[in-house]
Amino acid sequence: MRTDAAQKFFSIEPDRSRLLSELWDRQLSDRYITDEVIQQLAGKYNVSEIEIEGVVTFYHFFHRKPAGKHTIYINNSIVAELKGYQRIREAFEQETGARIGYTDPSGTFGLFETPCIGLSDQEPAALIDFYPFTNLNALKIKDIIRKLKEGKTAAEICDAPDDHIRFLPANQHTLFFAPYVRGVAVNKLKDFNSEGIIEQLRISELAGRGGAFFPTWKKWESCRKENSPDKFIICNADEGEPGTFKDRVLLNNQPGSVLEGMIIAAFAVGADYGVIYLRGEYRWLKKKLEEEIEHFYAEGLLGKNVAGIDGFNIDIRLEIGAGAYVCGEETALLESMEGKRGEPRTKWFYPVQKGYLQLPTVVNNVETFVAVARLIQVGSFEYQKRGIPGSNGTKLISISGDCNKPGIYEIEWGMTVAELLDHCEAIDPFYIQVSGPSGEVISIKEKYRRISMLDLLAQKDIRCGGSFMIFNSKRDIVNILMNFSEFFKHESCGVCTPCRAGNFIIQRKLERLKNGLADSSDVLELKSWGQILRTTSRCGLGRTSTNSIIQALEKFEDYFAQRFLSSSTGYRKFDEHHAVEEYERYKP
Amino acid sequence: MALCTFWIDGKEYRAEEGTNLIDAAKENGVFIPSLCYFKHIDPPLGTCRTCTCRIDGRYDPACTAYVCEGLKIEVNTPELLDMRKALVEMMFAEGNHFCPACEKSGNCNLQHMGYELGISVTRFPHLFKDHLIDYQPKRMVMEHNRCIKCKRCIEEVFTYDNKKVFTAINRGNDTMIGIDYEQEAKLTDEQAVNAMTICPTGAIIVRGKSMAKPFGDRSFDMVSAQKQFKRPILDKPNRVNFEKKVIATVSLAGCFGCHMSLLDIDDEILDVAELVSFNKSPLTDIKSFTQRCHLGLVEGGCCNTENIETLKKFREMCDILVVMGECAVWGGLPAMRNTIPLAECLEEAYLNCVTSETGETTVPYHEDLPKILDRIYACNEIVKVDYTIPGCPPSATHIWKVVKSLLWGEDYSLLYSEFKYD
Ligand SMILES: Cc1cc2nc3c(=O)[nH]c(=O)nc-3n(C[C@H](O)[C@H](O)[C@H](O)COP(=O)(O)O)c2cc1C
Ligand code: SF4
Ligand code: SF4
Ligand code: SF4
Ligand code: FES
Repeated sequence: MRTDAAQKFFSIEPDRSRLLSELWDRQLSDRYITDEVIQQLAGKYNVSEIEIEGVVTFYHFFHRKPAGKHTIYINNSIVAELKGYQRIREAFEQETGARIGYTDPSGTFGLFETPCIGLSDQEPAALIDFYPFTNLNALKIKDIIRKLKEGKTAAEICDAPDDHIRFLPANQHTLFFAPYVRGVAVNKLKDFNSEGIIEQLRISELAGRGGAFFPTWKKWESCRKENSPDKFIICNADEGEPGTFKDRVLLNNQPGSVLEGMIIAAFAVGADYGVIYLRGEYRWLKKKLEEEIEHFYAEGLLGKNVAGIDGFNIDIRLEIGAGAYVCGEETALLESMEGKRGEPRTKWFYPVQKGYLQLPTVVNNVETFVAVARLIQVGSFEYQKRGIPGSNGTKLISISGDCNKPGIYEIEWGMTVAELLDHCEAIDPFYIQVSGPSGEVISIKEKYRRISMLDLLAQKDIRCGGSFMIFNSKRDIVNILMNFSEFFKHESCGVCTPCRAGNFIIQRKLERLKNGLADSSDVLELKSWGQILRTTSRCGLGRTSTNSIIQALEKFEDYFAQRFLSSSTGYRKFDEHHAVEEYERYKP
Repeated sequence: MALCTFWIDGKEYRAEEGTNLIDAAKENGVFIPSLCYFKHIDPPLGTCRTCTCRIDGRYDPACTAYVCEGLKIEVNTPELLDMRKALVEMMFAEGNHFCPACEKSGNCNLQHMGYELGISVTRFPHLFKDHLIDYQPKRMVMEHNRCIKCKRCIEEVFTYDNKKVFTAINRGNDTMIGIDYEQEAKLTDEQAVNAMTICPTGAIIVRGKSMAKPFGDRSFDMVSAQKQFKRPILDKPNRVNFEKKVIATVSLAGCFGCHMSLLDIDDEILDVAELVSFNKSPLTDIKSFTQRCHLGLVEGGCCNTENIETLKKFREMCDILVVMGECAVWGGLPAMRNTIPLAECLEEAYLNCVTSETGETTVPYHEDLPKILDRIYACNEIVKVDYTIPGCPPSATHIWKVVKSLLWGEDYSLLYSEFKYD
């Protein structure tokens, strides 16, 4: 496999766009970013060293201290927690002799935590040297570490994560997983002009699958109208929302469809360049994607005069993220591609106007591109046979947590929560986290709600972005919320006050709940503070980071009311024993 | 450019189309709080969010908006007023701001915004995170405890060869402003002072350049940016039916400064003596309560178990509990130790200090001594507090205005110059 920086960049890209790739190469070869590298790069890009430092320290897969000959990342998401995170963490610590956050004394193993690595259907899981290891247990870990010590590489001994495609719609209605033949969708382009493609999308009412459900045709249409010789198509494969792994399965199972979707987009808007922004956690998919890209070039599906269409040129390359959930936010993603910190832009231009390098850019989710490829392949008439009126097509849902069959479910829009829970054999479902921590909380009482795109405000039907995390009635809700809050505190880009400081403050408050020091006034405060983050944050991360808390407090009112009574005395609960514990050590 | 008409809270205003909303509002006499906004920086930073308004129905910062024909903006709804206040409170909770010990006090935009928004206490728990004070730069000291990550310095301070001196480093809650030592050393005196000046807080201090000005002459001592700092007094106070009330006072982990201030009202003290009698108080030397009191005034937070006991007694014996001064409100100066583990503080003070001989000293511990708490706790972490008066110390007039208002319902208006944190 070639190194990241050795790949062909587009001629219009400035050097600075290579920064992340160069850092990746150095991280992988030296196991950390040394002072010398920082100096070198600062010299090369003619910027101050601190500027490079700022980029390096933004991404948690770049280390400023040696991260071990083998770098191990254990996933600490809530699903991992349910499935035995604690046990495997201990096993890793014992076998490697490293503590979380450090390397062992010999520098062989570095042990770190990382948020969801997109393997919630096979937790506990970890990445070792960016290769996946799934369904871990103490014995397996012992074996892995032994082999690594014997000189095997992680690439040789890693697992090949199962796709776990558990359910396809009846009547051969599957769109995503119908057999794939390379080039079929792209070759249909000959029958259309760019407006025609966009019209197909409009008729089918295809909406973005990255969470916001923005009508794809509108996005493409505005980009098409931009008068610019250079435009970009970017596939957002940064799937960072904990509990979501549908894009992983698509990239693994349908890499060709992803590329075809991008090529169709390029045709529709008049773009010459495409980039797949792949999250660092999915580096192990890099080889597969690169090979697929090569096949495409070989078969004339990428490059010049694609599919025999005169003057239709499109090149696609890969960009690899380096551990930052916020880079899934489209403007942060663009910043990151430009070799900067992944801080969301202030929003007065949409990417379709001024995106990557200030050029018109379409950013779509992996699933959106695959849906486009399949839609063009089968035609809008056939496409519309799936789903319910006003919500056409099918949707991929990643299911994990307390159920017998975690994995990918392709449902037709319109299925109820109850049916889906049945299919996955949910065990005593009680609390369901839909679309990840930034999504929606639903209680089992709402199991008859439908899953569709119909309801903009999601009052009646649920708009599912792509995941269900199921929790049974024994699970501690405060614990779930604490895990989410830790995630947002860590993943906030740090630019704006409410999200950077607010999520830390919220976490402190949740700690009070957890430690039994809260009463009903604390619960009320949590809700009102959550609202502040929701309204004042710059980007979607901060604006959604307290969704779960607010909704959980509303939907599980009894649960919280029982545990956090209002206090009638003038005293607050206070743990005096804890407060004097440190001083008691001086008792003679 | 052409004039356009826009609407703030239902009222019609005019400004040149494309003017930044904050400036357009200001030209028209409408105050929108702001911190990171700095006229020369384009595009505006939009980091602090203290200017959040409702612009055409969406919650967005005013500093990143530009007026255009027909634009509708909500600025002073109760919700927005509270939200903006909360954001500034969040900054005080996130950093460690000890205004009385800060070079920038009186010239600090953050502090000033605290006054303007009438923040008497932050609703959020103080995070007391241990931030670095960086003495390594040649010319500057970076006081990270005070930085609000507004990014002004990042976008404004460059060397002559156009290199950045400041950049954000790390991510999430660990985000801080990194300074490039090599580039910093290349700044001219003037550039360095400029960095200190554009910083809205006291985070950038240039060695040997004092900001000191006499109290009263500093940028934000006297006049508010708002036409009405506080609502005006509606009616003349009615002093006929004043019933004499009983007050108790105490100093917990404080310095008695608030008590000193309490007495600093010149001849009004005679007035007060007619209106109130003091029960348990250092002023009377009555050690324990002899009766229920109408109002308790507490100075200082809780640093030991005895403070906690006393405070609880106050809560029990007083109808209204008022805490005065920064120490009582959130910990204040004694809370400087909150970012340092207790053991380190005690051992530095009793075992490792220059005057103690090795092996000769111990950390005091005796059953008759109160036990030291792991950190300073604000009064409202221990008991429910009814009212808070900020200041270090609060001015005497501020304290007495509050007391009179609470005991006899006397309406009052607080002057901007009386509402101070230092
Ligand atoms: C914090 C945050 C994280 C996001 N992460 C992703 C992601 O991992 N993948 C994705 O496709 N979209 C993500 N999005 C949504 C993107 O900003 C963008 O809306 C999406 O890529 C557009 O594609 P679509 O129209 O096909 O849905 C994220 C948004 C936010 C605010
Ligand atoms: S909301 Fe959070 S992630 Fe988004 S810009 Fe603000 S700090 Fe960054
Ligand atoms: S004066 Fe300003 S910077 Fe200094 S401590 Fe007070 S609020 Fe913070
Ligand atoms: S140092 Fe000052 S100017 Fe720079 S980000 Fe911090 S508060 Fe803003
Ligand atoms: S002044 Fe508008 S966000 Fe800071």
